[in-house]
Amino acid sequence: MNEQIRSILKEHARLAVDIATLADDGDLYQAGMTSHASVNVMLALEGAFDVEFPDRMLRRGVFESVTAIRTALEELTAGR
Amino acid sequence: MTPRIAVGIDLVDVREIARSIALFGERYVRRVFTDAEAAYARAVPGEMARRLAARFAAKEAVIKALRLRDRGVAWTSIEVVLRASGAPELVLSKTALDAAREGGLARFSLSLTHEGQMAAAIVVAEHVRLPKSRIWLHSASSARHGARR
Repeated sequence: MNEQIRSILKEHARLAVDIATLADDGDLYQAGMTSHASVNVMLALEGAFDVEFPDRMLRRGVFESVTAIRTALEELTAGR
Repeated sequence: MTPRIAVGIDLVDVREIARSIALFGERYVRRVFTDAEAAYARAVPGEMARRLAARFAAKEAVIKALRLRDRGVAWTSIEVVLRASGAPELVLSKTALDAAREGGLARFSLSLTHEGQMAAAIVVAEHVRLPKSRIWLHSASSARHGARR
């Protein structure tokens, strides 16, 4: 799952650094992801994993790192 | 002492909005903007991305002013509407409205502007308690070019 997340981040997060240089818990916002880029990341994740992020998850912490995104996706796909 | 005002500002690249529209289409528009905002943006050919960019900047400026970053808020709960005069103002609902009430922030001023490929918004929120279900907020439109944003 992490590699798929990283692929989406590479395409949509508009990072100032190569995603490959960031650890799974590296801060994506510190790496240059803007609020608007996080919208694109969210929409791409929804398409790739067939999920929808509810309003309660539309907060900075959910999209701040690969690990945080994975945790959120695991919650959304639990029970499948 | 509780601050008397809260301020938020945001700057958006219009090209990023256009890219999102191209990539995600209606799914992007519906997720971020209200039907009225989308209709306004589409009203003038060629203006959609620029108008949506100014509105996205306004939403982010409100999120900053209300410190909603860690709270979970739908972008559509922060809406930019236009008065008959063309001046923009904010209408909050759901989480954004709850946060405004909890913070005692009930009067907002909004200013939008754009130049070239950049759009920006600034929001100033004041502590005024108004027991209303919807907060219609005072606005101050930047009248640059005399055009609607």
